[in-house]
Amino acid sequence: MRYESLVDAFGDTPLVGLPRLSPRWEGENPVRLWAKLEDRNPTGSIKDRAALAMVQAAEADGRLTPGCTILEPTSGNTGISLAMVAKLRGYGLVCVMPENTSVERRQLLEMFGARIISSPAAGGSNQAVATAKQLAQQYPDWVMLYQYGNPANAQAHYEGTGPELLRDLPTITHFVAGLGTTGTLMGTGRFLREKVPDIQIIAAEPRYGELVYGLRNIDEGFVPELYDDSVLTSRFSVTSYDALRRTRELIEHEGIFAGVSSGAILHAALSIADRVATADKSADIAFIVADGGWKYLSTGAYSGSLQQAAEKLEGQLWA
Amino acid sequence: MAIEVKIPTILRTYTDGSKSVEAKGDTLSALIDDLDGSHPGLKGRLITDEGALHRFVNIYVNDEDVRFTGSLETQLKDGDTVTVLPAVAGG
Repeated sequence: MRYESLVDAFGDTPLVGLPRLSPRWEGENPVRLWAKLEDRNPTGSIKDRAALAMVQAAEADGRLTPGCTILEPTSGNTGISLAMVAKLRGYGLVCVMPENTSVERRQLLEMFGARIISSPAAGGSNQAVATAKQLAQQYPDWVMLYQYGNPANAQAHYEGTGPELLRDLPTITHFVAGLGTTGTLMGTGRFLREKVPDIQIIAAEPRYGELVYGLRNIDEGFVPELYDDSVLTSRFSVTSYDALRRTRELIEHEGIFAGVSSGAILHAALSIADRVATADKSADIAFIVADGGWKYLSTGAYSGSLQQAAEKLEGQLWA
Repeated sequence: MAIEVKIPTILRTYTDGSKSVEAKGDTLSALIDDLDGSHPGLKGRLITDEGALHRFVNIYVNDEDVRFTGSLETQLKDGDTVTVLPAVAGG
C-alpha cells in the first residue's frame, strides 16, 4: 500500500484469528476469537484514529488554526498520537499526564516535541482531566480537544473501526473493547448495532490499585461525556493480575505481543466466550488489541512471576 | 449466605477502615439493606434518594457491572464477591 504521508496510513488494521485461545475454533458451534491489531497504526495504538479525527474536526470548524497549541489530558496513547499529528501539521502540544504512567510514554512524547505537565499519581486520569480543565481556563488560546467529550472521537470508530470489523467478519456476534474515554465502544458499538441487531457490545475496564481511586469523595468521580450505557450489553472490571495473565497468554499461545490493557480486553472476551461455549452455541467474538507491549517493558509486566509483575503494576496506569 | 463486599478507600469511614466486609442478601438490593444495618449510612452513599445507583458509583458482582445484570435486582449466591468502586477516568 502507498500513502501520501504518515497521517494517511492509519486504520485498515488486520483482524487475526486466535485458533489456540478460542474455546472451539472448528467443528460444530464454533466459538472463535478474533483480534483487531490496532498497534499497526502509525504511532502504535488505536488512539491514532481518534486523535486524527479530533484534529480534523477542529480544523474544519475553525477552532484550530496554524500555530495553535493543543491541550489534552491523557494517560499516554492519545498524547503520543496527537504529538505525531501536531508535529506534521505544525501545532504545539501540551499533555497533562498522571505521573504514574510508564517512562516510555514520556520519552515518546518528548521525542515528538510535546510538553508534559504532570498531574499527581493519586487521582489518576481524573486528576489529569481536572488539571487540564484548569489550564484551559488559564490559557484560553490553547485548544483542548478533550477526548472524553469530543464526538469526533466516537465518530472515528463509527466510520472506521466498525465498518472494518463488519467487512472482515460479517458473522460477528460480539465486540469487546476497553473502556477509557469510551470512544471506541460508543462509535464501533453504535455502528455494529445498526448493522447486526443482536450484537453484544462488551466493555473491559481496568481495575487499578487503591492509589488511583484516591478521590476525596464520591462526587469527584468521573463519567466521560461520550458514555451512553445503552450502547453496551455488559461491562467487566479486570484486575491487573488477570490483565497481565491474559497479556502473557496472548504471546505464549498466539504470538501476539500486546499491551496490558489488551490482556484485560481478552479476559472479558474469554469470559463471554466460555459462557457461549458452555451453552453449546456458536460465536464470532472480535476484540481490540489497543497497542503493543513495547511501551510497558519498563513496568516489569513481561518479566518475573505473574504475582510479582502484578504487584509492580499496582498504582500504575496501564490503560 | 455470606457474601464478601469490597469497600473502596473513600467509603471505609463507614466500615471502621475495613477493606472488605460480609453481608447477606439474595439480591443486591437486599445485600445493601443488610450492609446498611451493620454500617449505617453506607446505603445513602451508594443509592440516590430516587432509589437508583449513584452516578459515580460502580458495583460489580464477580467483576461484572451490575448495571448490565439487573442493577439492584441482580441475583446473588453464596460465594459471590461484590466490589464497590468509584467511577474514574481512563484513556
